[in-house]
Amino acid sequence: MTTLSPHPLAPALSADLPEPFLQWFAKRGWAPRAHQVELLARAQAAESMLLIAPTGAGKTLAGFLPSLVELSLRPKRRPGLRPSGVHTLYISPLKALAVDIERNLDRPVAEIGLPVSIETRTGDTPAHKRQRQRLNPPDILLTTPEQLALMIASPDAGRFFADLRFVVFDELHALVTSKRGHLLSLGLARLRKIVPDLRTVGLSATVSDPDELRRWLVSQEEPGRMSGLISVEGGAKPVITILKSRERVPWAGHAARYAMPEVYDAIRRHRTTLLFVNTRFQAELLFQELWQMNEDSLPIALHHGSLDAAQRRRVEKAMGENSLRAVVATSTLDLGIDWGDVDLVVHVGAPKGASRLAQRIGRANHRMDEPSKAILVPANRFEVMECLAAVEANYLGAQDTPPLTEGGLDVLCQHVLGCACAEPFHADDLYAEVTSAAPYARLTRQDFDRAVDFVATGGYSLRAYERYAKIRKAADGSWRLTHPRVAQQYRLNVGTIMDSSMLDVRFARKGRAGEAMLAGRGGFKLGQVEEFFAETLSPGDTFLLGGRVLRFEGLRENDCIVSDASGEEAQVPHFGGSKFPLSTYLAAGVRAMLADPARWKSLPSQVADWLRVQQSKSALPRPGELLVETFPRQKRFYMVAYPFEGRLAHQTLGMLLTRRLARAELRPLGFVATDYSIAVWGARDMGEAFAEESGALDALFDEDMLGEDLEDWLQDSYLLKRTFRHCAVVAGLIDRRHPGREKTGRQVTVSADLIYDVLRTHEPDHILMQATRVDAATGLLDIRRLNELLSRIRGRIVHKPLNQISPLALPILLEIGKERVNLDAGDEASGNAADALIAEAMGDMELAGQMGK
Amino acid sequence: MSLAFDILGEEPALRQAREAQAIMLQGEHAWLDRRGALYLPEHRLLAVSDLHLEKGAAFARRGVFLPPYDTGATLEKLAGLIEFYRPRAVVSLGDSFHDGEGAACMPDRFRAPLASLMAGRDWFWISGNHDPNAPENLPGETLAALHVGGLTFRHEPTPGLIEGEVAGHLHPCAKIVARGRGVRRRCFASDGSRLIMPAFGAFTGSLNVLDRAFSGLFRREGFYAHMMGSARVFPIPRANLVPG
Repeated sequence: MTTLSPHPLAPALSADLPEPFLQWFAKRGWAPRAHQVELLARAQAAESMLLIAPTGAGKTLAGFLPSLVELSLRPKRRPGLRPSGVHTLYISPLKALAVDIERNLDRPVAEIGLPVSIETRTGDTPAHKRQRQRLNPPDILLTTPEQLALMIASPDAGRFFADLRFVVFDELHALVTSKRGHLLSLGLARLRKIVPDLRTVGLSATVSDPDELRRWLVSQEEPGRMSGLISVEGGAKPVITILKSRERVPWAGHAARYAMPEVYDAIRRHRTTLLFVNTRFQAELLFQELWQMNEDSLPIALHHGSLDAAQRRRVEKAMGENSLRAVVATSTLDLGIDWGDVDLVVHVGAPKGASRLAQRIGRANHRMDEPSKAILVPANRFEVMECLAAVEANYLGAQDTPPLTEGGLDVLCQHVLGCACAEPFHADDLYAEVTSAAPYARLTRQDFDRAVDFVATGGYSLRAYERYAKIRKAADGSWRLTHPRVAQQYRLNVGTIMDSSMLDVRFARKGRAGEAMLAGRGGFKLGQVEEFFAETLSPGDTFLLGGRVLRFEGLRENDCIVSDASGEEAQVPHFGGSKFPLSTYLAAGVRAMLADPARWKSLPSQVADWLRVQQSKSALPRPGELLVETFPRQKRFYMVAYPFEGRLAHQTLGMLLTRRLARAELRPLGFVATDYSIAVWGARDMGEAFAEESGALDALFDEDMLGEDLEDWLQDSYLLKRTFRHCAVVAGLIDRRHPGREKTGRQVTVSADLIYDVLRTHEPDHILMQATRVDAATGLLDIRRLNELLSRIRGRIVHKPLNQISPLALPILLEIGKERVNLDAGDEASGNAADALIAEAMGDMELAGQMGK
Repeated sequence: MSLAFDILGEEPALRQAREAQAIMLQGEHAWLDRRGALYLPEHRLLAVSDLHLEKGAAFARRGVFLPPYDTGATLEKLAGLIEFYRPRAVVSLGDSFHDGEGAACMPDRFRAPLASLMAGRDWFWISGNHDPNAPENLPGETLAALHVGGLTFRHEPTPGLIEGEVAGHLHPCAKIVARGRGVRRRCFASDGSRLIMPAFGAFTGSLNVLDRAFSGLFRREGFYAHMMGSARVFPIPRANLVPG
């Protein structure tokens, strides 16, 4: 996407393109492509545009062409006049991408001889450079959403952006899906306020609903208004195959170890291979496996978001120079950094979504009209079907990007304070501005006023903090900061506020064992891990990072302190699957495949045989049905259901089902959920109970579980507490929490959990509680899909009471065995008190591993 | 339990069985209540530590608007305990207010219920590092330390091994891990000779008893972290505790 090499064959020419540009194209034997010319012409006619194009279509040049042309026609600045402000703002989701673009833009700008200055501004930009940029802005500024939030919160934002003509959003499909996207949409609304005739250009990969992005790009003051759209058809269809292994495809697991020799062989037979996996853990595992069999010492590298930035840059550089034979990568590489001559993409593990797969395959082969080549390596038998569904979807060009979410109230709170830091605002004006951003188009005035109230004094119904207000309504009706210190605090926080919580991984300094690491400063930085991951570790646990086995020693401030544990087996935590749940589209594909034996011939024979045995021993669900099997096994009774709605929805379903089973006195003991199915086990025969009382199973799966049962469970769910913490940080109620800070011995910080408990008791309808519930419903709980599932299967549940485990149930029962066991045995006598406490804390439920994640 | 019953011969003993863990502390009967308070039945004395009243207001003065319900919640919990044990004397073991302005600025809607809790019994404010001076506009006696039977109440634990000291300040908590999950709770830390009390205030954080701040304060043998559960107190020996 960053390649600025236009197509040599395209015919179109346009009078809109000035002579130096034409000469430049001609000198290189190129002609501008049709979509580049069209975008230029329509942007020149003052239209905002969305360009959807596959990788290698010259998207970046298309996006900048209107700016470059306009800048080239600009009259020379006369001496003595004030320097003009920023002309074009380019916003990318990744710092690295902004830097990459600068490199790629510099060349044509120099070659055409344009008097255009281009600079980046990211979190890494030194203060003196930012200061200079403020006084003497570049023509084109390349930056990130966080930096835009900072810039618009500055009192001279109006001056800085006064000459702004274009905003270019790169990888728009990736920018808009998160809270960063919400904040960015509000930033854009603010820019439009400063420059009413601002034009936007969105560059995006193919998405399922382009109209959402078209609305996002323009003001929604006129509801439903959309930007123009140019959609470039994909080039040659990629050639995707599913690895047909000579080995047995495992029943369960995510490692795909069985296929490693064949994967290695594929690497050997290609120039450069990009290997995608879904999680960091899988990346580490795959990397290790490949190195163990790397007899030819091929240059194989590892790239994921947890590695140190310098290390990643080295890999990216080597990749650009074509000096690597393979790179193992997670989603950090989904976005368009230039990858040299990749001629094969291998996807290990199921792709989870058709669009995701298409974007990843697009990484191979930047020449648009040569077909990309990809091999999918399913890690287990369900994944074989999922891979096949993904291949079919890709063939059809089906897209399953998730719909955009409504703007978060926590993000709005942050933005309101940012606006106040820039200048006093009138609530009516700001409300109109905010609702012109597509994600906030449906924001009620009441919720907006609550956000303002939250910023002013915390938004509590008990008006305790009026005299300490951060913003206050002045006599003229405008809201103003009460003290410049508030703006300082805001700017200090906002840069990091949207970062996901990552901890630096550092070696413990040498010293007295145990003691030194908590007291002294950490040593050499190895990379980063997610705060959530670090929180699940206990000292002594070993894990993989950057291909080394590390022993967790403890947390200190922002550091995760480790020691070298090479030679030991890493106890890889059980979070083996994808963090993205199976997409609704692929789920439907797998269900359809199960229901139609005629299609099994496309499956490897071992998988087809597996389904045939299932058909003879139990049943396969017909379209629209939910199959529920019950069977005894080793003194326990199991119920396995196959909704195929993704792990998150299944976890929520599991929590609710076990509550209901407990109420029916069926004594559930635990459950486990995967992307495909859910298994509950208990001390009483659930099958017998369902058979005895007709309608019992329908009642169990009734939609009313999303009412009171859900509320009850949510009361004390750690999922809600975790979500609340994130909302509280984004809204600016608390600073980002640093686990381990308590070790400084000063207990001055207040944990989000305590705040949550107090709010839940005293003000459950507080704006942050509302934001938390909305987030949880679309996020960790995936209530939307659970809801769809429950209404889809109503009256269509097929119960199969069995004497023993069915073939289809085998994979999920194997997952149960992977539950991490008690690491700390402790002595028996005292173990009882500990057990009792654990039981109390966990509601007496054995949550097989999954719930800890 | 039966012992407690003999001493008082009345209903609270039955309650104690449910709500508190009875231990011997330097020869004194001591009940560790699951709500985070210490009760000495023979002295009819209730002790709580690190109330940090008006912590929300203290943060608000610096522009951080925590929910303004902490003082109310803390006082409500304290009122429940006082109603429950009907103590003759109450000791607030230091850091009763989060900062020096706390007592002076406390609104009447909290001051009045606090005063009514204090009425009719002895009330001792032990001074702490957050509140070195006597709380303004409130009755009660302010002391650096209080001696009761064989026990000495003071805010900060005296370094090294010491007998018969009840202190707060460190906000102890403990963590255990089983089935891959950790449970972290506030706790009473005691080796039977000294006791460090959990923080009582609604917004108070906590520090693991395995932290260096606790090193050298307890004998290894006989050490328990009495972890606060929702219905009872769970005594956990050192061997079962993990850091973090």
